[in-house]
Amino acid sequence: MSLVATCVVDILWPEVAVSTVRLLRRLGCQVSFPEGQTCCGQPAFNAGYREEAARVAACTLEALSGSEDEYVVTPSGSCAAMIRTVWPTLFADQPERQAAARRLAGRTYELSEFLVKVLRVDLRALGARFPATVAYHHSCHMTRELGVRSEPLILLDQIEGLRRRPLERADLCCGFGGTFSVKMPEVAEAMADDKLADFEATGAEYLVGADAACLIHLQGRLRRLGKTARVMHLAELLEQATRPGNAGGSAYDKRPASSADPVKGGAR
Amino acid sequence: MSGLRERVKAELANTEKRRASATATWGGHQATVQQWRRLTAERRLQSLRERARAARDEALNHHERYLRQFAENVRRVGGQVHFAADGAEAVQQVLAIVRQVGARLVVKAKSMVTEEIGLRQALTETGVEVVETDLGEYIMQLKGEPPSHITAPAIHLSEEHVAEVFRRSLGEEVPVDPQAMTALARRRLRSKFLSAEVGITGANFAVAETGSIVLVTNEGNADLTTSLPRVMIVVMGLEKLVPDWASLEPLITLLPRAGTGQNMTVYVTAITGPRRDGEVDGPEELHVVVLDGGRSRLLGSKYQDALRCIRCGGCLDACPVFRQVGGHAYGSTYSGPIGVVITPLLRGGEAWELPDLCSVCGLCTETCPVQVPLHRLILELRADRARGVPVPEAPEPADPAMPLPGFSEAEQWLFRLWAWAWSDPARYRASTWLASRLAMPAARDGYLAWFPGPLARWGQGRDFPAPAVKPFHARWAELQEEGDGDDPGRPVSPGPDRVGL
Repeated sequence: MSLVATCVVDILWPEVAVSTVRLLRRLGCQVSFPEGQTCCGQPAFNAGYREEAARVAACTLEALSGSEDEYVVTPSGSCAAMIRTVWPTLFADQPERQAAARRLAGRTYELSEFLVKVLRVDLRALGARFPATVAYHHSCHMTRELGVRSEPLILLDQIEGLRRRPLERADLCCGFGGTFSVKMPEVAEAMADDKLADFEATGAEYLVGADAACLIHLQGRLRRLGKTARVMHLAELLEQATRPGNAGGSAYDKRPASSADPVKGGAR
Repeated sequence: MSGLRERVKAELANTEKRRASATATWGGHQATVQQWRRLTAERRLQSLRERARAARDEALNHHERYLRQFAENVRRVGGQVHFAADGAEAVQQVLAIVRQVGARLVVKAKSMVTEEIGLRQALTETGVEVVETDLGEYIMQLKGEPPSHITAPAIHLSEEHVAEVFRRSLGEEVPVDPQAMTALARRRLRSKFLSAEVGITGANFAVAETGSIVLVTNEGNADLTTSLPRVMIVVMGLEKLVPDWASLEPLITLLPRAGTGQNMTVYVTAITGPRRDGEVDGPEELHVVVLDGGRSRLLGSKYQDALRCIRCGGCLDACPVFRQVGGHAYGSTYSGPIGVVITPLLRGGEAWELPDLCSVCGLCTETCPVQVPLHRLILELRADRARGVPVPEAPEPADPAMPLPGFSEAEQWLFRLWAWAWSDPARYRASTWLASRLAMPAARDGYLAWFPGPLARWGQGRDFPAPAVKPFHARWAELQEEGDGDDPGRPVSPGPDRVGL
């Protein structure tokens, strides 16, 4: 399968893509990384700049179309939604590219969706273990554009020791919203504060999500407010929970290496 | 450019208002979600929505025919129909009727379209007393403010605040108790109903088949407005049509559920013509003012879906942005997602900034009872603004009096530069290298300590990670060496991988 790292993860949080690769390999996948990929074009598309979005998307489309891999997988609900639901409409005046985008849309998956629907993994069989309380944040495009809502929960519930705490007002956006977060920063912050208040109310140790951009926004707010809650990408959590040394349930370090801070890099 | 953001900041600073609005809208949204769950469990929601949508689409797709049929039927049962191209014309038509009647007192039921055209102010300026009779709207009139929500005008006010408004405007002490306050308003309004010469309402639906006006209300004030005064005036947007009574059924089923979470409103009133011989109540004269106000331009355009809206207010309650900023931040009659969509199209000018008030979460679209793709339309508006072409597919060119302010030059150049850089893998990689190096002096503990250019607004309330010195694409070669075997202990990119570490 081809990995789409996404620009946000590539530049700001590479550990998420590293975790994704390790996790997928552990599950028996052959992972390739089509090196011509840049970005799916979503920031420009959502801001109204469709020509610019199409130019950038075309670059990544070309990189992915060149591969004969059966699947394209990305650790981001909103980038998967962009590729699957927007790309086929983005190249309306370029028939060849549109055809390529349609073909690609049919084989592109968000990570948790891929694990549950295609690989049909059972993390219990792998002895997955992560003794902590976790609140999962449903990101908007993943939930409503892709229709992927239960998959991350199914995976989390397969992990021994993990106690999941539901977020109140789970349907509400965290306030990231692409360029919205810089055009209306005060509103974005207020929305983050609501989400973080709901997270704090759960008493969970980790705030986990499947979209790096939402998490960087929330983590950025937490850090600015001087709070120490831990934000973690689902890919990181799944990778750490399924590490072979961890499977036996032996001396597991409860402080997962890279997750105390999503972007701070791990001392592995 | 800053008008919208300044309003937003001012509203965000008003904690009391925000709390009242957020609590009430969330309650409303939860009630609607419960209704949708129930209808889903009964396997009715999908088909109700599709039939509701189809009924409205039928009326919009064949608008001329249904509007003609509606007008003919209103006239057949003794009513008069007036067509107004814009708000000013509609106001003049109403003023002319009121003048002809010689009315000194007009009672109004709640109507957003009359807010849109500024009817109350216009009437007041001619010396006519106008009284809003919907409780929320009455409170807002006393307070001297526009409504903040299309179905719940005073949603942003606490009970204490309303009591204070009553004390100040009505000169009467009233306990902070909704029942007592309602009783006071009721008492004050009763004499107005009895002495008004003209009653003005909006319309929830206009049934072409019979020329009937349908009003969906809870307080009974609309029924008094339409039955006590001698003359009744209905002001409606031209999009309010439904073909027939059968097609009204799914709409009437969904509207209260989406709006207030009720199965049914207290009153659903249909008015077909003025009082006939032998009838004991109802107005002697019935006038229907049909307002275009930019709506017909949207027929047949990619924005036609927005005309399907039945003004339930469900998208306002769902919207996480409305929840924070409230209705007044929008600076327009219609707020929330539907306001963001229709205001630029109907009003133009600086209203084109409104689509910025959206995080594109899509909860509005999911909630909408008639499947208006609200967040997609907002993206269309942004795309039109970026291109500088409003309503490109509309049959007529946009009104030249409604200029379309584009995005800032700086923003446009930024996206052009971005597209140039990231449409080529080598340039993309060079840009990530450059970004991480440029960020070095600003990086502390993996985060930026100060924020360049476009990140300045991010940085005012949130930290931002420094770009990785070794991005993922630079780690791939090592990861490949790691191979498919499980070797979790092996360090990928050892050493400090981030500036400042």
